[in-house]
Amino acid sequence: MSVVALKPGYSGDMKDRVENFHGKQLLYIGWEDHLMYCAPLCIPIEGSTPFGALTTAVIPSLYPAHPDTGRINWDEVEWFRSGERFTPDPAQSLAANGLGHKASLRFRTPGLTGIKGSCT
Amino acid sequence: MNMPTNPQKPAKKLSLKENYSHLTRGLGWDTSYQPMDKVFPQDKFEGIKIHDWDKWEDPFRLTMDAYWKYQGEKEKKLYAIVDAFQQNNGQFNVTDARYINTLKLFLTGVSPLEYAAHRGFAMAGRNFRGTSARIAAQMQAIDELRHAQTQAHTISHYNKFFNGLHDYTHMHDRVWYLSVPKSYFEDAMSAGPFEFVTAISFSFEYVLTNLLFMPFMSGAAYNGDMATVTFGFSAQSDESRHMTLGLEVVKFILEQDPGNVPIVQKWLDKWFWRGYRLLALVSMMMDYMLPKRVMSWAEAWEMYFEQNGGALFNDLTRYGIRMPKYHEVASMEKHRLSHETWATFYNYTHAAAFHTWVPEESEMKWLSEKYPTTFDKLYRPRFEHWREQQAKGERFYNGTLPMLCQLCQIPMFFTEPDDPTKICYRETTYRDEKFHFCSDGCKDIFDNEPEKYIHSWLPVHQIYQGNCFRPGTDPTAPGFDPLAEVLQYYGFHVGEDGGEYLGSPDAKNWKAWTGKPAVSE
Amino acid sequence: MNAIAKDKVFIAFQTNDETRSIVEAIEADNREAIVIRYPAMVKIEMPGRLVIRRETIEDLIGRAYDLRELNLNLISLSGNIEESDDEFVLYWNQH
Repeated sequence: MSVVALKPGYSGDMKDRVENFHGKQLLYIGWEDHLMYCAPLCIPIEGSTPFGALTTAVIPSLYPAHPDTGRINWDEVEWFRSGERFTPDPAQSLAANGLGHKASLRFRTPGLTGIKGSCT
Repeated sequence: MNMPTNPQKPAKKLSLKENYSHLTRGLGWDTSYQPMDKVFPQDKFEGIKIHDWDKWEDPFRLTMDAYWKYQGEKEKKLYAIVDAFQQNNGQFNVTDARYINTLKLFLTGVSPLEYAAHRGFAMAGRNFRGTSARIAAQMQAIDELRHAQTQAHTISHYNKFFNGLHDYTHMHDRVWYLSVPKSYFEDAMSAGPFEFVTAISFSFEYVLTNLLFMPFMSGAAYNGDMATVTFGFSAQSDESRHMTLGLEVVKFILEQDPGNVPIVQKWLDKWFWRGYRLLALVSMMMDYMLPKRVMSWAEAWEMYFEQNGGALFNDLTRYGIRMPKYHEVASMEKHRLSHETWATFYNYTHAAAFHTWVPEESEMKWLSEKYPTTFDKLYRPRFEHWREQQAKGERFYNGTLPMLCQLCQIPMFFTEPDDPTKICYRETTYRDEKFHFCSDGCKDIFDNEPEKYIHSWLPVHQIYQGNCFRPGTDPTAPGFDPLAEVLQYYGFHVGEDGGEYLGSPDAKNWKAWTGKPAVSE
Repeated sequence: MNAIAKDKVFIAFQTNDETRSIVEAIEADNREAIVIRYPAMVKIEMPGRLVIRRETIEDLIGRAYDLRELNLNLISLSGNIEESDDEFVLYWNQH
């Protein structure tokens, strides 16, 4: 049963479907071992954005205050899509990299584990 | 005396039991013009089977005459203290103005739930066909209205002196972190009447509210806030009646039909987890927001949930009920919950109607004593770094909106049960759409009733959809500042209500009006 | 009998002059009761079963007492309740 309701067959509207975001989609971004920015971030972004734009512009702009931000070696970064390791193609769009609406993207920066190694 | 004498012997005074029985059995009737199922259309669809409503017992056996008498006395006592507090300028006798921020959270986050509870119990009272159940729900509806009113009256005095208290109902319906308590209660109110009373009377009031009203209110007293303590304890004296009723409700449902047991267990699992997530706010109030502390969140959890809650669930094993699912996760989180929660509000306090701050050195020492396995290793470096940044004039704020849990609506800051350095991510796909959760507890609740939660009003998503601007706003206008506009929509006074405590108007006024430092020694 | 400690019931009152006698009465009628004092609040814990007797309170305060007056100063409690005109009992069932 998908809901216990007074009216049989009750169905809810999909509040956050992609059509509601004015031509953009949502993307969630989380930096492993770095919890000073307390939670993964949520941004609206065009699905046609090339993945490479994330590393050159988007992600650094999200974490301006972290001392590790400037130290990231993007060639060594490990990427996770819905928790699964994957190798993105920077020339391809987010959509072509399998990052659709409300996709969860996590990245790990080997050697960087936050302030005093505390995963902050 | 010239009074006429009564020829008959005076009637024997009724015992408590007889009195209660007349009220709850004698005054009800079965309808005959319309079938009972049409008059009470909402007490069957949840699958709960009731064979004999007369088995419902209110152990307090409170009758209306006693109810009005004692409630009236409580009110007189409460308002006498509130008057004395105001006349004595009690607001300046609290430890320091940081403390006031607990009241801002309380008024905007908890008081509207009292009002929601009033509505919820009025609806439950309408929908139960058993007379004693309806009377109990009616009394509770009146109690909850009293709580909402006394809290507004008491805290309104603080509104004359401190920021962020000016429009709590407007804020409750809009502000991102207040969608957590709001959606919690609306989830309960939009369920059937049996789930509602199980959720609120049992899981929330019996199992969890002691954590808010006992150590926190005692903490308010310790910090010199007699007004709050008084409304807190006055409300809680009603609450003990509600809690007792909560236990009786659950026992009554379980005894009526064996088929009710799995339904109730599922509700207990769900509402334990939902209530526990809500209490994350209380954990930081206890560990970070009370300048003088009574006990830590972890100690309170051990005392009020692990011991008292454990005893309660032992008592219910004879009905085939077990401890709520994921209670062990809650216990694993007790050494990190308050730190993770406070750090999150430190990130986003520029978009909140209360202030945050880095704990003082002496407070960090207390935190390391209370949390020896986690604080120094994981959280102290964070606070020390923030303190250094603040000293350089670069107070840290997080400029990007966070990912929220679809179910509890809290930013996804909770960490894996077995690893406090890894964010806990869970996701599911339903009708080709992805949904994300902070925990297995929240994901299970969604998976059980996805149709109920796919239309949750998630504040972050609503902002990005453009639904959190005042009417007439043009987001395409040059220089449009979305964050500033959202804060206007929330009804905040930008630059006064939120942000860092040190240097805030509250902190400055405190020094000017009391001559005491903004942070007590 | 195994040696498992009995689960505790508890009751908590506001700290004031009225409850001073109530707490005294509880201590007199429940020898194993543990009284814990917090700011503005007094909490009484008792393994298994705790009884509050009207007569004991009346002896201490020197007037008639209705047990429903407990409601005025009560903060919280835990346990099943059995209330009559003479006694207010809190208990857990497994004992």
